[in-house]
Amino acid sequence: MLTLDYHALLPELIVAGTVLVTLVVDIVTRRKHLVAIIGVLGLFAAAVPILTLSFCGSLDFCSSTEASRVMFGGAYVIDGYALVLKGVFIFAGFVALLLSIGYLESDRYYEGEYYFLLVASVLGGMAMASSRDFVSMIVALELVSGPAFMLAGWRKGDARSNEASLKFFITGVIALALTLFGVSLLYGLTGTQQFDQIAVLSETVADVPLFTLAVIFIVLGFGFKVSAVPFHFWTPDTYQGAPPPVTAWLSVGSKGAGFVALLTVCYLALPAATDVWGPLIWIVAALSMTVGNVVALKQTNVMRLLGYSSIAQAGFMLAPFGAVAASGAGDLARPFQATITYFVIYAVMNLGAFGTAIIIGQRVGSYELEDWGGLSKYATGVALSLAVFFMSLAGVPPLAGWFAKFAMFRATIGVGNWWGYSIAIVAAVNAVIAFVYYAKVMKSAFFDDVPEGIDVDVAMSDAIPAPIGLAVGLAVVGVFLFGVLPGLAANVGNFSTDLLGTLGL
Amino acid sequence: MTVTVTWYLVLAAALFSMGAAGVLIRRNALIMFMSIELMLNSVNLTFVAVSKHLGLIEGQVAALFVMVIAAAEVTVGLAIIVAIFRFRSSANVDELSELRG
Repeated sequence: MLTLDYHALLPELIVAGTVLVTLVVDIVTRRKHLVAIIGVLGLFAAAVPILTLSFCGSLDFCSSTEASRVMFGGAYVIDGYALVLKGVFIFAGFVALLLSIGYLESDRYYEGEYYFLLVASVLGGMAMASSRDFVSMIVALELVSGPAFMLAGWRKGDARSNEASLKFFITGVIALALTLFGVSLLYGLTGTQQFDQIAVLSETVADVPLFTLAVIFIVLGFGFKVSAVPFHFWTPDTYQGAPPPVTAWLSVGSKGAGFVALLTVCYLALPAATDVWGPLIWIVAALSMTVGNVVALKQTNVMRLLGYSSIAQAGFMLAPFGAVAASGAGDLARPFQATITYFVIYAVMNLGAFGTAIIIGQRVGSYELEDWGGLSKYATGVALSLAVFFMSLAGVPPLAGWFAKFAMFRATIGVGNWWGYSIAIVAAVNAVIAFVYYAKVMKSAFFDDVPEGIDVDVAMSDAIPAPIGLAVGLAVVGVFLFGVLPGLAANVGNFSTDLLGTLGL
Repeated sequence: MTVTVTWYLVLAAALFSMGAAGVLIRRNALIMFMSIELMLNSVNLTFVAVSKHLGLIEGQVAALFVMVIAAAEVTVGLAIIVAIFRFRSSANVDELSELRG
């Protein structure tokens, strides 16, 4: 008899219900923003059980006081780690929905289906955070990616949107095939799909070459999803060609799902192979930071620039993770906490950056940097919010980005050997390079003259759509909150380390 | 001569390599797509062969899941290719070069 902990599954159930309701409402109504409102309310409702689950210990009605709730024979676990990431995915989906409302109304595309797909993608992310076996993980991963492929090509009449979608799709499916092949080999060696059992059984096969091959395939497949160098080539094209609100979701939701997969699989299932994936991730992290930042320097389109910036940020996130695993020693809790903290902060500031870019794009009618000249002269508030997010991405205190970088440096140096020191040096050099191109955007917005093609009156004729304003406002608050009270972000990171508890660390 | 599980694994590896080579070499989006299906089906073959060899049912269940995912991917992928084909009357990926830099 299978007993389900409905309280623990409530967030997913609510979002799954929302997905179905949006689809039905879309059929029966012509007022498409109703669909969006249902999506927003659904995600909002799903956040409530996440909060009650997080503070379960201090609530009376909470039936189980255990930190983790294990279901489906250990294939699906709700613990602090899963809850933190579900919260991030819901926030990201919430913001992406708000950004889409104003954007789609101005474009008259198929609105209802769009919101349905976006919420479905959020559901995939949430399921991903709880998956503890390969079958549920792969299904969740595809639930994130499948709708995202379609969303990227949403502007059917735009050749660039089509191209973005096809490039994203082909690399995404190749990555899936690589991961699955690795999983099937791993299954052949251990006879199980479940992470905790693989961790135990793989110790006996750690010397088999096929095991190494399987680990490499799995890590490479996830490398595509997080758009780490050398699997990044699709990222800038897709980010530039896809509709901007979709890009915002891709940079946090789809990429985040890849991160979650990588973290969970590497720490839970493959501790016997740290000597394989450790150096691999170390190299990928160093390459991502360097290539992402250096190529971003010469970008003239802001969406492409944010694409390369997100590649570089992926490198920063992977750095502590690779350093501690490659050195094969040390406390895993700190790099783990650093990676999660970085990801949470990255999610908030990157969504804000995309939201601001969308507002400016609607005003100016272009994402080319030269058209953004003199922005502060006619749209001061928007220019200031641009400054907040880009300086946060660069890591300037008191904005949240500095704490993400601080946690990352503390964790890499804390490893205490050359694996850690060397990647900390690479990261430090890259932080400086990154500052240059973030500052370039600032210079354009604050110090350049307004280009001749821009008619200020036309650009300022419409007010900022309320949903977009709300989304950006939320992100501004988040960036300041995490920046001024870094303890908050650190707590979030700490809370998630109970994933390591199941490892017995 | 008995057919052992190794034969299946070698066949699966060969199919996977052929699929991977097809994706890398061919430039027609449809053919690339077929090659990807070949890679996914080699995964299925591995799952089923290993599952039979170990006497466990999980691998066959996994193969079913992979089939469902592959079917979903086909739906999405063909839709994207059709959208592009309407534009250019060509499915050659090398002609897709609007986005670069």
